[in-house]
Amino acid sequence: MTTAVDEQVWVPVCDYAALEPESGVAALLPGGTQVALFRTGDGAVHALSNLDPFSGAMVLARGIVGDRDGVPVVASPMHKQAFDLRTGQCLDDDRVRVTTHAARVVDGWVEVAVT
Amino acid sequence: MTRTLVVVGHGMVGHRLVQALRDRDSSGVWRVVVLGEEPRAAYDRVALSSYADSWDATRLALDGGHNDDLVELRLGDPVTAIDRTARTVTTASGRRQSYDALVLATGSRPFVPPVPGHDLPGCFTYRTIEDLDAIRAAAGAAAGDGVVVGGGLLGLEAANLLRRLGLRTRVVELAPRLMPLQVDEGGGAVLRRLVERLDLSVHCGVSTRAVESAVDGLRVVLSDGTELAAGLVVFSAGVRPRDELARACGLAVGERGGVLVDLACRTSDERVYAVGEVAAVEGRCYGLVGPGYAMAEVVADRLLGGSATFPGADTATKLKLLGVDVASFGDAHAVTEGALEVVHNDPVSGCYKKLVVSDNPRDAGTLLGGVLVGDASSYATLRTLVGRTLPTDPGSLIAPAGATGATGSGVGVDALPADAQVCSCNAVTKSRIQEAIVVDGCADVPAIKACTRAGTACGSCVPMLRQLLSSCGVEQSTALCEHFPQSRAELFEIVRATGVRTFGELVARHGRGRGCDICKPVVASVLASLGTGHVLQGDQVSLQDTNDRFLANMQRNGTYSVVPRIPGGEITPDRLLVIAEVARDFGLYTKITGGQRIDLFGATVDQLPAIWRRLVDAGFESGHAYGKALRTVKSCVGSTWCRYGVQDSVGLAIELELRYRGLRSPHKVKAAVSGCARECAEARNKDFGIIATEEGWNLYVGGNGGFRPRHADLLVSDVDKETLVRLVDRFLMFYVRTADRLQRTSTWIEAMEGGLDHLRDVVVEDSLGIAADLEAAMAEHVANYADEWRGVLEDPEKLARFTSFVNAPGVPDPSISFRAERGQRVPVLLPVPGVPGAGEVAEVKR
Ligand SMILES: Cc1cc2nc3c(=O)[nH]c(=O)nc-3n(C[C@H](O)[C@H](O)[C@H](O)COP(=O)(O)OP(=O)(O)OC[C@H]3O[C@@H](n4cnc5c(N)ncnc54)[C@H](O)[C@@H]3O)c2cc1C
Ligand code: SF4
Repeated sequence: MTTAVDEQVWVPVCDYAALEPESGVAALLPGGTQVALFRTGDGAVHALSNLDPFSGAMVLARGIVGDRDGVPVVASPMHKQAFDLRTGQCLDDDRVRVTTHAARVVDGWVEVAVT
Repeated sequence: MTRTLVVVGHGMVGHRLVQALRDRDSSGVWRVVVLGEEPRAAYDRVALSSYADSWDATRLALDGGHNDDLVELRLGDPVTAIDRTARTVTTASGRRQSYDALVLATGSRPFVPPVPGHDLPGCFTYRTIEDLDAIRAAAGAAAGDGVVVGGGLLGLEAANLLRRLGLRTRVVELAPRLMPLQVDEGGGAVLRRLVERLDLSVHCGVSTRAVESAVDGLRVVLSDGTELAAGLVVFSAGVRPRDELARACGLAVGERGGVLVDLACRTSDERVYAVGEVAAVEGRCYGLVGPGYAMAEVVADRLLGGSATFPGADTATKLKLLGVDVASFGDAHAVTEGALEVVHNDPVSGCYKKLVVSDNPRDAGTLLGGVLVGDASSYATLRTLVGRTLPTDPGSLIAPAGATGATGSGVGVDALPADAQVCSCNAVTKSRIQEAIVVDGCADVPAIKACTRAGTACGSCVPMLRQLLSSCGVEQSTALCEHFPQSRAELFEIVRATGVRTFGELVARHGRGRGCDICKPVVASVLASLGTGHVLQGDQVSLQDTNDRFLANMQRNGTYSVVPRIPGGEITPDRLLVIAEVARDFGLYTKITGGQRIDLFGATVDQLPAIWRRLVDAGFESGHAYGKALRTVKSCVGSTWCRYGVQDSVGLAIELELRYRGLRSPHKVKAAVSGCARECAEARNKDFGIIATEEGWNLYVGGNGGFRPRHADLLVSDVDKETLVRLVDRFLMFYVRTADRLQRTSTWIEAMEGGLDHLRDVVVEDSLGIAADLEAAMAEHVANYADEWRGVLEDPEKLARFTSFVNAPGVPDPSISFRAERGQRVPVLLPVPGVPGAGEVAEVKR
C-alpha cells in the first residue's frame, strides 16, 4: 500500500526585511487562508494559522512573542493563551492546537507552504 | 432549660465573649442579652484612630455580628444598677432585666485630671467614635492650635489626629519623657526627637495646672507657668476602670480599682463575672485588648461548665500610626533582679534598641524584655522570645542591618519554638499558624487571618505571618515572571538607575530567556513612564500589548475601538459634530463611556490611521483608553452652573487631565472632581478623587469601581489648588515607581507596610525625602508630553505597521463582518473552533 503525499506549494509572501524581530504580521494566502508569520530573535520564521481558536477572531499575528521555559511562543492578544510557534500546540490547554505551515526564506523572500 | 446571661457593655471584649460563647454553646444553654451604653454595636476600638481615614464608622465594624435568635443587643441604654439579691439589672430607661449569670464588660473611661477648667467646652477625651466626631467638628471651627494632655500611647495617637486635622499640636506629659510606661530614658530621648520632626511640640516633666477660657478659645496653663493657646484640648492621661456599678452593688474591687476577679474571672459573687479592662484579675487591670480576649474565652468556657483559667498576658505594645516606630515588651525597664541591658543607641539616625536579658553565664541569656524606638521591625519576633533562651547573642539581634550581615529583623521566625505566641492579641501560636498553612491550606495572609484570627487585632504580627508562609514553602514571590526575578518596582529602579533603554539589554543583563507577554509590556510601560520617547519607537513595538501597539482597544472580533480625549468631559458642539461625522463615515458603533467621553467601535487596523487623521486635524488627541495610563478626569458641572457648587470642578478636571495625560502607570488610573460635597462626579470611586470644600479641595486616594469596589480614603483636606496639584504629582509618581504590575492604587496602598498613614507620611510629610524628586519627574513628564497618535501620523515607518496584511495592505480582513442592532453596526462573531467543551473562555492568568 502506498500513501499519497500531499503536494506542497510554496507561496512567496513578503520581503524578509518586512518582519521585525520578536514580532508577527498577518498574511493573506490564495483562497483566503490567513497566516500569522513570526520572526523570532534568532532569525527563524514560523507560520501559524492567524485564527485564535479561543475567540474565533483572526488575531494571533498581533500577539506578543516570547518564550515559556525556552519554548518559543506567541500569546493570543485576546485572552493570553500561549501557542508553541513550532507546533501550534496551546500550552494552556493541551486539547487545543492551531494549524501550522512550513515557512522558509529564499533569496530574501519569505515563503509559506500551502497544501 | 435555657438560662439568661446578661452582658453589660458591648465593647471589644463583650463582643468577643458573646461570640466565643455562641461558638461553643451549640445546644443553646444560654440566651444572651447585651446591654450597651454606646449607641452602636461594638467596633474596633484599637483601630479607632483610623476612623479619621474615612470618617466611615462601618469600616471599624468587628467581624461576625451576632445574627442569631439567642442574642439580643439593646444599645444606647446604660445599666444604672445591679440588684444581686433579686438577680436583676436596671437600665437608664428604667427597663429591668433578670439574669442567671452576669458579665461586666464595661471597659474603662479616660482619666481627666480634675484641674480647674477641665470641663470647659473645647475639652475632649479620646475613646469613642463620638469623641472623634466631636474633636473633628471642633477642629473645623477652631483652626489653629491643639493641646494633648498626656504623652502616652493614646496621647500620641490623639496628637496625630489633631495634626491630621491641620492643628499645630503640642503634647504635655507629666513624666520626663514620652510613653513613660513603655520606654526608658534613652528610648524616650530618641522618641522625642522623632516626634518633633513631625512638627509636634513636646513639653515633658510639667503638669497641667488649669484650662482657662481665652478670647479666641482656651489657654492651657502649665506648672512651670507656660501658657499654651489652644483651640481645643484633648485629655489622654490614662484610663480608669468603669467599676462604679460593681462598687454600688457591693462587689469587691481591686486596690487600684477594677472589679476584683479570680483566675476564672469570677467576682466575689459567683454568678457575676468581669472581663476586659474593667476586670482586676487578682488585683491587676490590663489596658489591652489581648488579655481581655483571653478573659472572654475563659468566661465562655466557665459558663459551659469548663475549668479554664486566665493564662496571664503579654503586655507588649507598639505605637501604631504617626509613622514613628516604638515598641516595648516584657520587662522593658529591667526591674528583674540581676537583669542586664544590651543597648544600641544611634541618635543620629534616630534609632534606639535595648534588650533586657537575664545574667546566665552558660548561654546567650534568657530574653526578659526590650524597647525599640525608630526601627521596630524586629518587634514581632523578639516579643515571642520573651522568657526563652536567645538563639544568638543579644548584641547581634539589635545591631543595625548590614553591620553583622543580619537583616533588620535580627532573628528569623524559624528560630521560634512551636508554642511561641505569634499573635498575642488573639493568643495564636506559631504551630497553630503552621497548621493553618500546611493542613488548612492557607496560602496568603488574609487566609491565615480568616482561619486563625492571627493578625486581626493590632496587626503587628503580620510580617511574621508572611515569614511563616515562606518558611512553610508557600511562595510569596515578587518575581515578575519566569524571565525576571525582580518585582516591577525593582525593575523600575534598575531601568531608572542604569539607563538601559532596550528590552534585549535588560533581559540579558538582569533576567533570562526572551521575555513574554507579562514582562514585555511591563518594561514597555516602565520605559514610557520614564519618558523615553514614543511608545512605538525602536524595539518597543514588539513589547507592546496589542492595544498599545495599535493605540486602540481590541474588541472581541479583532477590530478596535477609538476614544479621543475629551478633557473633563467638556466638549463643544462643533467637536461633537466631528466625532459624529467620523463615526458615520467609517460606520463605527458609537457609545458614551462612564468616563465622560465617546467610544467608537468596529475600526479595523488599516482604518485606524484614516480615522485618526480626521480626529487629529480637528484638534483631538489620543485618550489613552487603550493604555495602562491616566484615563479620564471626570467632573460634575461645578460652580459655573450648579446652584450648589462651591468651586470650579470642570476647570480643575481639565487642568489635571491635561497635566497627567499620557502618564503610563502600573494599571489604569481614573480620577474625578466634584464641585461640592454632593459628589455628583463620583470622585470617591477613583484612584484619585477631589471634592470641593468652601476652603479649597479635599483629596481622596485609592478608590475604584470594578470587581471589588472600594471608596477612596481622605489624604488631605482643604488644601489650595497649588498644594493639591503638588500632592497629586507626588502620589502618582510614587505609585508609578513602586506599585506592582496590574496593581491599582487601592491594592497598592493596602499592601504597603503602614498603609494609608505611610502613604500620607511619604506624600504629604515627605518622610522619605523624595518629594522633590517625584515632583521633578512629573514636571518632566508634563514638559515632554506629545500626542501618540500625532506621532504615528507624522512618521511613515510607524504608519506602515497599520496594515491588515503584509502582502495585501489595502485588503480588509475578510473574516470581519457586521450586522445591524438598534440602528448601529455590531460584530458578527465567528464560531469558536478549537475548544472542546469550553463556552466562554476566561483570560489566562499567570
Ligand atoms: C485610641 C485607642 C487605641 C488603642 N490601641 C490599642 C492597641 O494598639 N492595642 C491594644 O491591645 N489595645 C488598644 N486599645 C485599648 C483597647 O481598645 C481596649 O483594651 C479594649 O477596647 C477593651 O475592651 P473592653 O470591652 O474591655 O472595653 P471597651 O471597648 O471600652 O467597651 C466597654 C463598653 O462598655 C460600655 N459601658 C460602660 N459602662 C456601661 C454601663 N453601665 N452599661 C452599659 N454599657 C456600659 C462602654 O460604653 C463601652 O462601649 C486602644 C484604645 C484606644 C481608645
Ligand atoms: S457635586 Fe455639587 S457642584 Fe457638582 S453637580 Fe453635584 S451638587 Fe453641583
